[in-house]
Amino acid sequence: MALVLTEEQSMLRDSARGLISDKAPVSHLRSLRDSKDPTGFSKELWHAFAEMGFAGLLVPEEFGGSGLGFMEAGIIMEEIGRTLMPSPFLATSVVAASALNRGGNAAQKFEYLPKISNGSLLATVAIDEGPKHRPLRTALQAVRAGNGFKLSGAKALVVDGHVADLFIVAARTSGSAGERDGLTLFLVNPKAKGVSIERTIMVDAHNAARIELVNVEVTADSVLGEVDQGAALLDGVLDIGRGAVAAEMVGLSEEVFGRTVEYLKNRKQFGKLIGEFQALQHRAAELYIDIEITRAATMKALQALDADVAMAASAVAVAKARAGTTATRAVQEGVQMHGGMGMTDQFDIGFFMKRARVCEELFGDANYHTEQLAKARGY
Amino acid sequence: MSESKTSETETADLEKFRSETRAWLEANCPPEMRKPATSDADVFWGGRNAKFSSEPQRIWFERMRDKGWTVPDWPREYGGGGLCAAEHKVLRSEMARIGARPPLSSFGIWMLGPALLKYGNEAQKKEHLPKIAAGLIRWCQGYSEPNAGSDLASLQTRAESDGDDFVITGSKIWTSYANYADWIFCLVRTDPAAKKHDGISFILFDMTSKGVTTKPILLISGYSPFCETFFDGVRVPKSHVVGQINRGWDVAKYLLQHERAMISGMGERGVGRPLGQIAADSVGTDAQGKLDDSMLRGKIASFDVDEAALAACAERAVDLAKAGQAHPAFSSAMKYYGTELNKRRYEILMSAGGVDALEWESERSRQGARPRAWLRTKANSIEGGTSEVMLGIVAKRILDLPGA
Repeated sequence: MALVLTEEQSMLRDSARGLISDKAPVSHLRSLRDSKDPTGFSKELWHAFAEMGFAGLLVPEEFGGSGLGFMEAGIIMEEIGRTLMPSPFLATSVVAASALNRGGNAAQKFEYLPKISNGSLLATVAIDEGPKHRPLRTALQAVRAGNGFKLSGAKALVVDGHVADLFIVAARTSGSAGERDGLTLFLVNPKAKGVSIERTIMVDAHNAARIELVNVEVTADSVLGEVDQGAALLDGVLDIGRGAVAAEMVGLSEEVFGRTVEYLKNRKQFGKLIGEFQALQHRAAELYIDIEITRAATMKALQALDADVAMAASAVAVAKARAGTTATRAVQEGVQMHGGMGMTDQFDIGFFMKRARVCEELFGDANYHTEQLAKARGY
Repeated sequence: MSESKTSETETADLEKFRSETRAWLEANCPPEMRKPATSDADVFWGGRNAKFSSEPQRIWFERMRDKGWTVPDWPREYGGGGLCAAEHKVLRSEMARIGARPPLSSFGIWMLGPALLKYGNEAQKKEHLPKIAAGLIRWCQGYSEPNAGSDLASLQTRAESDGDDFVITGSKIWTSYANYADWIFCLVRTDPAAKKHDGISFILFDMTSKGVTTKPILLISGYSPFCETFFDGVRVPKSHVVGQINRGWDVAKYLLQHERAMISGMGERGVGRPLGQIAADSVGTDAQGKLDDSMLRGKIASFDVDEAALAACAERAVDLAKAGQAHPAFSSAMKYYGTELNKRRYEILMSAGGVDALEWESERSRQGARPRAWLRTKANSIEGGTSEVMLGIVAKRILDLPGA
């Protein structure tokens, strides 16, 4: 498979870009933030996403979806990254849809996937418990009670947590924090007794929540995949999320970089365009090269996920690690090269810096993924 | 519908090519040729005076040559394999799968060949390309001069018109393996009055011509891969100019793109033992099997991330070129990153090796192979255009930043 977009993929990109740049430029995020919008995204735009087949992009056609792959999901994420559009696409259409599609039984798929495809159901995963992404340290307890389980514990950074209709919660059914065995994924109704949800307003003005579960009763039918053996399913779902976030960061990096280069070509100081200064030219060139390499690594990871999710871990670790360092560099250089203007709220560049910081933490930062690669290579 | 049908047929044909290639390589690549070259003697460069360092090296070269696979994507009429881009990618990946060495290394393949295919006339292509493909002639590159390094276009070697000939006088420096080369592709000034980029021609001549001398330069590695090369009234027919007289800079730039692509790939990516394991041998590991030097471990892991990402980018650069979407200056981006990464690799290897990596002359150290290779890498970000020149090219030609 060539690492270039096919004609169909280019068309998908163009239609996504058309919709997103038209309906959700950065000013869209700004107004959602400034109005303290209770939903945190545009329902109207989400319906447009569903009508274009994006909401069910990864859902098989038999469940009303588009049946496309991770490369295509990455294309949408990249366009989202360019304008920082708040959208349920990541949590619902990429991560939760993949969890249900990969781990769900026939009844679970039949119940949820068509609703994801038509845009009527929002879903999200609840994984992290501490300040850093450490999925194996999951400690939220699920104890058997009668025919089902009782769940107790807390989760953080639950994307779209305050608007979701379905939580997919990583819990510990046996063993202790840090062990691979004993993890189980549960489908939990956010309205169930014992669930409390606190929307957390984050630095990037995108949706997130902390949730707490106190003796929340679920039936045995709520188990996604197998009891105690959820780690492999979780790995795959997280890798899919990581690939998608890496793609968002590539779009974000490229947009920031484009804006910065434009600024270098227009801003004059000392009687010349600041882009004439070699000190800035070389930094811009290095950043360009970094972004190109990260783009290729991300395409490679998405392609690997399309080929076989279970074999994609190393390629995904490389992509997410690179995306983290590249986006961090892009936004730092973006603010620095814009000078004082880059520090103002009125100017958009700061929004990119804030979102990049959140993307870096989502599903593991560059340090985490660099460590994963070292472990995989046995040193 | 018909489009997807075509691509299905193509995919099936390609899979057939893959299985045939795999079988042929399994049957024909000697086991000795399936591990990385560890010294220069392991590399076959061809040429009039070429000698094979081993029987497997000869067998491998001859079998590949007979298939045209020393230059798989060149046209068959010039001694190539005639493979399309997709087939060439399959061959490369199948060779990489078994760790097969290139059967023939040469500046003729990497640099002159692509330039001749684009700018050479039919007579020049027929004369030179088959001899490059068959490893009969070894070429060297006459570009840099003592006063024309990064500012290459200021070169001063003169070519004065005399009837049907040019008479060439001047000197070149950093001429790789000039002392072993049979022919040279050389930049000379044919119009001293023109602006510096406009008076240059690209010319080919035999290194045994009267008036050519070479002198190896001893480098910090203790080796002499580069020479000074002197021309004292060397007579060369005008028909040996490639492209138009005084338009040699176009050819030179095109060739430089290929040179930069070659240098960016010089790091031994993905072959041999992983850095982490090499380091574990000397540094040791803790109870969990982690390297017993956490800072070094972090550097190696970051290196591995960047190396894997660069490999993806190199793959994509080839795919973009095939799709006609590549920026012609992108090889400068790859050259910059690839050479800086290779320097990082050797800094890590030196640090991991500690005292063992300092031995210069012992049998144990294979005559100081590691420190000499470490020192050699320092030239990577200088030869073929310095890192600073590469960044300048990216800034101006790709990013279109102001100021020339």
